[in-house]
Amino acid sequence: MTDPTAGESPPEPAASAGVEPTRRRSRATVFSVLGEVLITAGVLVLLFIGWQLWWNDWVTAGQQTKAASEQSQKWIEQAHAQGDGSTPTPTAGSFGDPPVEAAVGEGKQFGILFVPRFGSSYQRNIAEGTGTDVLNSTKLGIGHYPQTQMPGAVGNFVIASHRSAYGGGMHVLNEFQLGDPIVVQTQDGWYTYRFRNLQYVTADHVSVLDPVPDTDGAAAGDRLITLTTCNPLYSTAERMIAYGVFDSWRPTSAGPPSEIASLVAAEPAAG
Amino acid sequence: MFAAFWRVLPGPIWLRIVFVIVLISAVLFALATWVFPWVDQIITPQEATVGQ
Repeated sequence: MTDPTAGESPPEPAASAGVEPTRRRSRATVFSVLGEVLITAGVLVLLFIGWQLWWNDWVTAGQQTKAASEQSQKWIEQAHAQGDGSTPTPTAGSFGDPPVEAAVGEGKQFGILFVPRFGSSYQRNIAEGTGTDVLNSTKLGIGHYPQTQMPGAVGNFVIASHRSAYGGGMHVLNEFQLGDPIVVQTQDGWYTYRFRNLQYVTADHVSVLDPVPDTDGAAAGDRLITLTTCNPLYSTAERMIAYGVFDSWRPTSAGPPSEIASLVAAEPAAG
Repeated sequence: MFAAFWRVLPGPIWLRIVFVIVLISAVLFALATWVFPWVDQIITPQEATVGQ
């Protein structure tokens, strides 16, 4: 390189003739380099947080929605292929008691969650177990507590998901309103639950998993769904619990409940 | 450090700015694709479940 100061220094004014020209650039010192390294490290940490909470969250949400939509369509096509082409009709407005599927192995997908309140294209695969292999997965996202009941069973069907990051499957759990539909699709059909109430607990409050929540040993009479996630937003200090009560069941061949028909038909948002 | 980096870059100002934009984009891509997912696995996972 040429002398970096060549051609940059303006001609010295006559008044300052004989005075040493001032340096235009300060020298890099140990402290200036250290300062720049620390500032760079700080920017990297902020970038990581932004990546984890927003960018990766958004990317993962799109992947999870797409995977759930594909699985949902697969079950519907299977039911059409196996059926005789006729659409079953309910007796007195009901398809009777729901079937209960046998429990599946750890990490295995067995259901899809539809919640219109969570967004116009919201759908997520539900798999057995609540480890990071399920909750952080780009294809799953919702985990079923293995010690709790399966969809449609008398007792408590309890699922967990992240509030933020990794697709944020239960990001707006706090926005539930009384009677909101919570639909679980399985290979057999659609289980519709209705939101009843929220509860805020600490992370060790495992009695929300009881067949009758918070009532150890009580004989279950209702079919409940329980959603658990983190609270407050962007923190893991507490858990937010949402309870729903079973409303109705429809076989796959009868088509989805009208409240989620647009979710089932809609292609997931790009991304 | 960054001042020295700027002096090392060849060409006129506009070309240097193009270089800087390309390099920053490459660094961000590498971070999002490889570095951040790797760091994410190492730091404590966010717990969203109830348990003991």
